[in-house]
Amino acid sequence: MHLLAIDWFLLIEKAILILLIVTVCLVTAMYATWGERKVAAIIQDRRGPNRAGPFGLFQPLADGLKLFMKEEIIPNASVKFLFVLGPGIAMVTALMTSAVIPWGGTIHIFGRDIALQIADINVGILFVFAIVSMGVYGIMIGGWASNNKFSLLAAIRGASQMISYELPMGLALISLLMVTGSVRLGVFVDQQVNGVWNVVYQPLGFFIFFICALAECNRTPFDLPEAENELNFGYHQEYSSMKLGFYLFAEYINMFISGVVMSTLYFGGYDIPFVNEAAFGDVWWIGALEFLALMAKGLIFVFIFMWIRWTIPRFRYDQLMDLGWKKLVPLALLNMLITAVVVLWRN
Amino acid sequence: MSASQIIFYLISAFILGCGILAMTTRKIFRSAIWLLFSLVGVAALYFWMQVEFIAAVQIVVYVGGIVVLIIFSIFLTQQSGKEMPKPPLGRNIAAVLAVLFGFALTFLLINKYGFTDQGKAFDWSVNKIGTQMLNTGEQGFALPFEVVSILLLAAMVGCIVIAMRSKPEEK
Repeated sequence: MHLLAIDWFLLIEKAILILLIVTVCLVTAMYATWGERKVAAIIQDRRGPNRAGPFGLFQPLADGLKLFMKEEIIPNASVKFLFVLGPGIAMVTALMTSAVIPWGGTIHIFGRDIALQIADINVGILFVFAIVSMGVYGIMIGGWASNNKFSLLAAIRGASQMISYELPMGLALISLLMVTGSVRLGVFVDQQVNGVWNVVYQPLGFFIFFICALAECNRTPFDLPEAENELNFGYHQEYSSMKLGFYLFAEYINMFISGVVMSTLYFGGYDIPFVNEAAFGDVWWIGALEFLALMAKGLIFVFIFMWIRWTIPRFRYDQLMDLGWKKLVPLALLNMLITAVVVLWRN
Repeated sequence: MSASQIIFYLISAFILGCGILAMTTRKIFRSAIWLLFSLVGVAALYFWMQVEFIAAVQIVVYVGGIVVLIIFSIFLTQQSGKEMPKPPLGRNIAAVLAVLFGFALTFLLINKYGFTDQGKAFDWSVNKIGTQMLNTGEQGFALPFEVVSILLLAAMVGCIVIAMRSKPEEK
């Protein structure tokens, strides 16, 4: 009688938390599209969207409405089931990672301790890694099911790129695990709240992780799957309406989530810099402030992603593979070796 | 039947159903996708049993690694959209017979020996798995671990040799 004896308040609490976090992710992704255009405009000395609402703030809503209103076209020669499945998988894998991220400390409301984390599972970081490795299916299935040679080419590119960059990412993570000695994300953050941020111990590891995150999100300079001059449009060429919207949206969610993951792993998570949270005692708003701190850190990463996109040109494909296999993997191995030696030395 | 059992049977049915679909579909790409779902189902089963480490590794290795490679090889070698020809009748009969015998064997084994309760909680913490795997003492798995590593290294070197064979002649 597992289910019947369950704590119903826990269930409701988690449901609300899931709803909140998913909404936050979606809204952030929505406004990231606006931010992307504004950043691009500033870098290129233009004004950017400024018609819909003040500062063009309603532009994402208008875009969303446009995508919903568009006719939905499913190509005759496509495999319908997989064609629909592709964007779905892309969206689900983009959102699922948010489940294990600690979005804030524990808050006390209505006489209950509520941890701002959906699931503090024992293998947090491995879970993140597993979900990231599943993200490739959205591109692969969508690209194949479109029955279009350009889409298929883009899908193969995207998949091989993601597999290649998962490797140095995992190696960078291993050296981080050696430093912290735990795979639980909550422990990661606790250690950083009480001590120094991990980026101090692992600057090279963070650098490798950041480059790999760029590649996993298919952002410039690694946006080979969307190279318009070579592939027309990329793996989502045959998609229209909200299915296309899902793919584009998933990219922005991925960006935001990977920013948050990087903040959690290397930049103290929800730790508010230069402030000792414990000194304020048990007040509810400190939880909210911590949440805002994590959001700010994540958004700074999103901004850096955009900054890179509008400054650096795209790699050639052989350069991409070269960088991944011949430079990042040995570098990550070296980092791992040095970390191992130092950790052994200090013990 | 408790709710726990119902969920267990639901997940199992999902795994088996996807497995059967993977075997019976005649489009090779779909077969790979059904296999993918089946493996995700196995990971879900591990999660349900709360062995989260094994579940995560199942997803990283099988779902994120092996099936991607299978799909890759399908993309690069097969006409993945075409239906494959129907297998001859003899092969169908043989396949059904093999399945029946396999089922009978497992059924008999379970029927005879059953699942015994060990009487102690299953300790699966990541720390314990790590120390056990790299332990050289009693019940340590350091030696098998190293043997497997060398086997994998040999396989990798072999792959590189095969892939490199035609290179020097071209230049």
